[in-house]
Amino acid sequence: MSRAPTVSALGFHLAVLAIVLYAVFPFYYAVITSLKTGSALFRVDYFPFSWDLHNYVTLFQQQPFGRNILNSVTVAVLVVVVSLLLSALAAYSLSRVAFRGRGLLLGTILTVSMFPQVAVLSGMFELIRALGLYNNLLGLVFAYLIFTLPFTVWVLTTFMRELPKELEEAAILDGVSPWTIVTRIFLPLLWPAMVTTGLLAFIQAWNEFLFALTFTLTDDQRTVPVAIALISGGSRYELPWGNIMAASVLVTVPVVVLVLIFQRRIIAGLTAGALKG
Amino acid sequence: MTPHPGAAPQRQPASRQSPSELTRRRTHTAWLFLAPLLAVMLSVAVWPLLRSIWFSFTDAELSLLGEAGFIGLENYLVRDGDAWYGILADPQWWAAVWNTVHFAVVSVSIETLLGLGVALVLNKTFRARGLVRAAVLIPWAIPTVVSAQIWGWMLHDQYGILNDLLLRLGLIDQAIAWTADPDRVMTVVILVDVWKTTPFMALLILAALQLLPRDCYEAARVDGIHPLRVFTRVTLPLIRPALMVAVIFRLLDALRMFDLVYVLTPNAEDTTMMSTFARQQLVDFQQVGYGSAATTMMFCLIALLTMVYITLGRVRLGATP
Repeated sequence: MSRAPTVSALGFHLAVLAIVLYAVFPFYYAVITSLKTGSALFRVDYFPFSWDLHNYVTLFQQQPFGRNILNSVTVAVLVVVVSLLLSALAAYSLSRVAFRGRGLLLGTILTVSMFPQVAVLSGMFELIRALGLYNNLLGLVFAYLIFTLPFTVWVLTTFMRELPKELEEAAILDGVSPWTIVTRIFLPLLWPAMVTTGLLAFIQAWNEFLFALTFTLTDDQRTVPVAIALISGGSRYELPWGNIMAASVLVTVPVVVLVLIFQRRIIAGLTAGALKG
Repeated sequence: MTPHPGAAPQRQPASRQSPSELTRRRTHTAWLFLAPLLAVMLSVAVWPLLRSIWFSFTDAELSLLGEAGFIGLENYLVRDGDAWYGILADPQWWAAVWNTVHFAVVSVSIETLLGLGVALVLNKTFRARGLVRAAVLIPWAIPTVVSAQIWGWMLHDQYGILNDLLLRLGLIDQAIAWTADPDRVMTVVILVDVWKTTPFMALLILAALQLLPRDCYEAARVDGIHPLRVFTRVTLPLIRPALMVAVIFRLLDALRMFDLVYVLTPNAEDTTMMSTFARQQLVDFQQVGYGSAATTMMFCLIALLTMVYITLGRVRLGATP
């Protein structure tokens, strides 16, 4: 009688192990590759035998990679701040006030999150050039709002809707202005939701490639994903894989750390964005 | 972005106001708070979209955007001599459409099945579950460009670990050029995409699974109903709405796929997607008119597919309470 449960428990744990290996192995392999140089790079190892930081050093010497990281951080932080400001205000109207056209407005905002980024590429290019923001980080901040805003508005509206009505009723009767209601009553309660949505918007902006590739021109204005995509050696066969892996590890580590710390919040945010409604 | 000054406090005892006056003022404030968002959305989404559509009816070129002249439907379809030209008659465009649809349907199907499996495993309680759930999030958190580079290295024909592993296990006789072989390149792109996005699917399904009522399962267990039957008769119907929403989100994402193929298989015609085709026309060939026709077609195709999906699947997206 006791054999069957043991076998199935073993099978279950093997499944868990397989899932973890599948998810983690490529990143693990990038880390061990990034620590190898010279001919070791072209020998397949399954375990880390070499601990050489040479690739990390040359990465910063051969190109403005430090600058690229700074660019990515700047753009992502600005996008998060602007998105949260705009959407916290809007979410109040969309969740707490019943006005005509609210459903239509929410529907339109959701539709914007669905359309492909490339559909606006030529119009956005023209606009960014007209604003003098071509090859400028502010141009990217502006363009990124097209995909962060629908998401942050949607999630914050979902969260704000769930706060009890009594909270503001008392304040309204006391004649407190809506501005004070939002900033003094709702925002403090919404901090967890703001952290989650901010984080998800940050990851979206940090990872974005199409706009960053199209709207920047010079190496010193590039963000990290573009820099990594364009790292190249003399020819197709001389790609500096050590440097590429080192760069990949560097840009992934902060995101992975954030994800590990905030995993519960992230899952809550993702499901609020996609499932509720 | 500072808040609108009109929203500044006007302290009045609310008791003096009639209810309708209060409602009117609340509606007024609601629009004030929405105004900054609407202004930004109009300028980053609506206006560029309309301009892109307009460009598709012109002969615009990248360096001379201001001198675009109206040419009607010539970018879409025009008869010159006895041949048809334009995007609708362009075999490369239709190949890109087919590649994209093929990619989206196959990868999202695999992701859904695999995601369901992973979610069912993670739904059981076991030690270190939190850790496993965090590990599963890693592929999702890695930037697509980075995962393309990592997989490009793992799939390298001479030094790649995948060939090494398969050779050691005796599953293949000689190394395979994964990303150079026209017959394999789409499969490779699909596999990498599946690796990256299955976690997202799994976590969305897991969230739905965890909302299911426990007592149903207790009752089924007591009655001795086979777990497979419980799954098809109870679990699947209950998580179906969540599943449908997760699938449409992933489909939309897959249909606009760009980063992965741009980095992993830059020169492979067999993995040219609608997005890569359009960007190539717009930026590399500087043909803004023709490229915009491609993006406009893509927009319409995706809108159409979404409407069909939502209608046929009776998906409820974003219903307000």
